[in-house]
This record gives sequence, structure tokens and C-alpha cells, in this order.
Amino acid sequence: MEMKGAAHQSQRGKEPAYGLASALGWFSIGLGVAQITMPGRLARLVGVNDRSTTRLIMRMMGVREITSGIGLLTGRPAPWLWSRVGGDALDLSLLGSAMASGAGNLARTGSAVAAVAGVGAADVYAAVRAQRVNGQPQGWRDVRRSVTIRRPVEVVFSRARDLENLPSFMEHLESVVTTDERHSYWRVSAPGGTSVEWTAEIVLERPNEEIAWRSAPGSDIEHEGRILFSPAPADRGTEVRVELRYRAPAGSLGVIVARLFGEEPDQQVRDDLRAMKQVLETGETVRSDASLGGRFLQRPGQPPTH
Amino acid sequence: MKATCWHGKQKVRVDDVPEPSILNSRDAIVRVTSTAICGSDLHLYNGFVPGVKSGDIMGHEFMGEVVEVGKDIANLSIGDRVVVPFPIACGNCTPCVNGFSSLCENSNPNAWMAEKMWGHSPCGIFGYSHLLGGYAGGQAEYVRVPFADVGPLKVPEGMTDDQALFLTDVFPTGYMGAELCDIKPGDTVAVWGAGPVGQFAIVSAYLLGAERVIAIDRIPFRLRIARDRAGAETLNYEEVDVLEALREMTAGRGPDACIDAVGMEAHGHGAQYAYDRTKQAMRMQTDRPTALRQAILACRNGGTISVMGVYGGFIDKFPMGAVVNRSLTIRAGQCHVHRYMQPLLQHIQNGDVDPTFIITHKLPLDQAPSAYDTFLHKEDDCLKVVLQT
Repeated sequence: MEMKGAAHQSQRGKEPAYGLASALGWFSIGLGVAQITMPGRLARLVGVNDRSTTRLIMRMMGVREITSGIGLLTGRPAPWLWSRVGGDALDLSLLGSAMASGAGNLARTGSAVAAVAGVGAADVYAAVRAQRVNGQPQGWRDVRRSVTIRRPVEVVFSRARDLENLPSFMEHLESVVTTDERHSYWRVSAPGGTSVEWTAEIVLERPNEEIAWRSAPGSDIEHEGRILFSPAPADRGTEVRVELRYRAPAGSLGVIVARLFGEEPDQQVRDDLRAMKQVLETGETVRSDASLGGRFLQRPGQPPTH
Repeated sequence: MKATCWHGKQKVRVDDVPEPSILNSRDAIVRVTSTAICGSDLHLYNGFVPGVKSGDIMGHEFMGEVVEVGKDIANLSIGDRVVVPFPIACGNCTPCVNGFSSLCENSNPNAWMAEKMWGHSPCGIFGYSHLLGGYAGGQAEYVRVPFADVGPLKVPEGMTDDQALFLTDVFPTGYMGAELCDIKPGDTVAVWGAGPVGQFAIVSAYLLGAERVIAIDRIPFRLRIARDRAGAETLNYEEVDVLEALREMTAGRGPDACIDAVGMEAHGHGAQYAYDRTKQAMRMQTDRPTALRQAILACRNGGTISVMGVYGGFIDKFPMGAVVNRSLTIRAGQCHVHRYMQPLLQHIQNGDVDPTFIITHKLPLDQAPSAYDTFLHKEDDCLKVVLQT
């Protein structure tokens, strides 16, 4: 698994799908501007009668085109490409009904239909390609978090390696049971009081430097990652870096829901690293009256009833 | 137990709430004997600080008697009289070890909130919004004190509450304000704000060797105290043009250092003030930097502006050009109280400073709501209110 910082991020822009998406983006913007500024001319160009309703529709299409165009020029063109495909279908049906009405210039409309169909094919191709990033199907999410802990590397490593005791200070972990040197069974809290479970296998362990793992087939969540340990500069302790990727169950909607509940893996990793720092530096995770209920269930800042 | 709780803008109430208990093994429970209302409490009172919830107990300046200790506390015994610093510090993280207790990395359980707002989180603070931990505050009969082996300082026999109380916040804050100025012999220091922190900044500036200290405010009785009790020269900004006056007083140089002991609810005049208030009301600017702007313009070239006034969010129309073109240094921070408590206790015991001079009102805890009002409006020559349980 290769995740090397900046190199990983810049890969995306170089995918062929993105070049095509950009080209389509500029095309959309150009077309949209034309549709808004010269609706009559464009109507005549595609062989449709130039009337005020046609011009209005043309202008609305122009706004839609510009919006899609801008969307396509962002780093995440996939949904915009699919919306272009939808727009093309709409255009085809409008042109089709223009042809069926018999009015206007059939030859020109016919050419326009062919042109839209051609662009539509390009849109579909680009949309499907954009679904795959770095050859991986989209749906994988990356998490990258780090913390500096003012204890020696050996102390931090051995605490992190003691998997069965992690739930004692990492709130999101319900339980971890090791079955052998490399395998462990995890249960982690998820939105709505549910939990997700998986078996993890340690695939690489370099003492005081790295632990890499992946989930076994059949786990609720597919993921893999590693945690790196290195001495921080000038006796500041240990730098701990977590890099993991997981395939979001229920796609993007699942991620948004998880975030709302404070259970998104990114937030969980951040909170758990902070907890590890507190435990290693002060002995316990610190508690306050308001935060006793957890991240989003802030109580008033007064002692709880006994 | 009785506790002063926040219930909305300019609405505090003394409620009956549960007593605290030990939650972490390094906790102690303190029975409060004296507690004060801070100028920064007024920012909470006036609704300028986000993340405050109805029912939050206010207050971060308190002292009292230890009544219970967690199992890992060895330095305190039941019955010890202690004064508790307002920042909560673990004592083990890098900033704590290096003397920057208000930057403690472990004491804010809501660090994620503060990170969103400020990039990183500072320490947790008693009674100062959920952003800074959501800890119950000290304007109550009892308080849970985390990391009691780091914060609380034992009060020597014979020292009264009045003498010790201000070691929690205002005296160290004023002192740090002066210390950040890097005062050299012959220096003139100008202090904006003659409230409690300003008064201690004046006193501290002299302790640190300033030649002249000039206090700037508009409330006559505060200027009088600054003159008569703290020894400053004074300027009333409603009567004189402060920039002109400072230039005159320093023969054209400007003060060598300027201390902002006013903060985000600065009061001003004219178009600039109207602009600030409008933007604040429209939530386009969260803080009003009137005093800070003036301090920057007044300061001599190459001088230092030390900011102890509390700001929460963002300010507008900041004279960055002045800062860059004139080699100004801006230093700021929530006071790292822990490192000042012992030395300042010495000053009090030696008679160098009598901190009781700022107390103008002493009231029972029950009267907290009217006390807040009096303090806010500076009625009745109010400078500092001490509440007693």
C-alpha cells in the first residue's frame, strides 16, 4: 500500500478522465455563455423556431451549462459529469420534440441531435472513468492524523501495541480481542448506538517503528492502514502518525451521517490519538462536566446529579 | 449547592445545583471561601463568547479550603487553604513543563471545538464556555479542581483571602502584561484600561523597572485609583486626544511599550466605533479592537504591544501596515498563571504590593446577579467585586 504524503494527493489531477472533464467543463461554460447572450442565434443554429419561449428555455439551459461547467472544473467532477449526462438527455428530448413538431429546420435540428448525442457519449465515458481514481473504485476514504506525545518511543509503541487495552481509554472502541500474534477481533461504535465489527490482521510490525494492518475478508468495514512511530525533534517525545483508508459503508451519505454523530473514522482517530496522549502524559483521559456525555451531547457546565 | 449559572445574555441566576465529585484521580474538591467576577466574565455575560450553555456555572477566580482529594493527590490535605489558578494545566505536557500553563495540551476535553475556531486548542479554563472545556466555574460553593497537584497554591498562615485571591488571575495577568513588554531602564509604558488587570499591569510595570507608566481610561474613579494607588500618570480619552498626549509626554517618541488591558469589548467614539459596533451586530466582526488599534499607532518605532485583554474571534481594520513598517512586536496570551504565583506571593508577603486596593465591592454569592450588573455598568465606583460564600 503506498501513501506517501503529497505525491498521493497530486495523482488525481493527472488521470485522463480529469483532462476530459476539464475540456467538457470549458466547453460547457462556453456554450452556456453563448446560450445566455445569443439565445436567438443558437435557436436558429439548431433549427428551432426563434420565439420568446425558446429564448427563455435557451437562457435557462445556459445557466445550467455554466453551473455544470464550473462543477466540472473542480477537483471532483464525477457527480457533475453525471449531471451533464442528465442534461444531455434533456436536450435530446427537447430537440426530439422540436423535430417531431415538424416546425423549423429539420436538417439543422437533426445535426444538433447528432452533436448532442456525440457530446453525451463523451460525458458518459468521462463520468464512468471518473468513478475510478488511481485505478481504485471510488468509495475509499483516507484518514491521516498524527499526534506528538511526550514519552519515549518504546513506551508509546508498547501502549499502542497492547491492543486489548486500547478500549480502556479509546472511547470509540468497544472491545478488542486478540486471537493470536497477528489477528484480533474489533468492535467499534457507530452512529445510532450501533457498532461495526471486523477481524484485523497485522501484516507488518517493525518494533518501535511501525504497525501495519488490514481487515480480513468478511469484515463489516474494509480497511487497511498503518501507524508510524518516530522520535520527535529535540526531546519533544514521540511523533505518532496514523494513515488508514476504509471503504465507507453506505457511501458518501453514510460518511455524512457518521460525521454528524461524531463517529466518522477521521474524528474517531483524532479523538483516540488525543486520548492516548492524555493517558500517556497525565495518566488518565481528562473529563469536564460539560463533556461527560461525549462530543455532541454537551451537558451544562455544572456537576452531574449523583 | 448554590452556584451562579449563565442563562442567556445578561442573565445570570444563583441556582441550586448538585455538588461536584471526584472524576479523575488527580482531582480535588475545594469549598470556595472567596471568588471574584472578572472583566472577561462580562464577555460571557454579554453573549460575546460562543459555546456557552444555559446552566453553565460561571467564574474562574476562586480560592478556598480543600475538602476532598483524589487517590493520586499527595501534596494536599483536607483542610488546606488554597488559591487556584484559572488555567487548568496537567503539568506533564511540553508547554506545561516549559512554563506555558495556559497552553496545556491535555486539559481541554473539547479541544476539537477550539481547534476548529483557532487552529489548535489552548488549555481548559474554569467556567469559561464549552470551547475551553465546559468546566464548572468557581462562583459556587464547591468546585472540582482537576490536576490538583499542579494548580492549587497553599496560602500561608496569616494571609487573608483578600490578599491572596488575585493570585488566581488578575495580578499575574497584569504582571505578565508588563513582563511581555521587556521593560528597560528609562522606559515609558502606556496601559489601556484601568480595570483590575490594568491596575496590576501598572503596579507590575513599576516593579519591573519602568520609568513612567501612563494609564488610559474614561472612568474618573478608575483613573483616580490608577493615580493614587498604583502611581500612574493618567489620560482620560474622553477629554484628550490620547495619541497627541502620548506623543507630547514622550517628547515625540511614543511609549516604549503599550499594554492592551481592554480587549474585545472596547469602547470608543466616532465613526470607527460606529463601524465596529455595526459590524459586530451583523456578526461580521466578532471583536472590537479600539484600544489595540490605538496602542499600535501610539507605540514608538520598534516597541512592543502586549495584549492581555481577552479577544475571542476576529477583528477588522487592523493596522498591519503600522506593525510591519515600524518593526512593532505584538505579544499576547492567556496568562500562564502557574509560573507567577509563587514570585507574586513573595511580593505580597514582602509588602511590595497590596493587592486589596482594587476591591471596591464585597457581596454574598446570592447577590451575584446584581453584582454582575453593577460591575458591567461600573456603577457605584465599582472596580472589582468579590463574592463570598
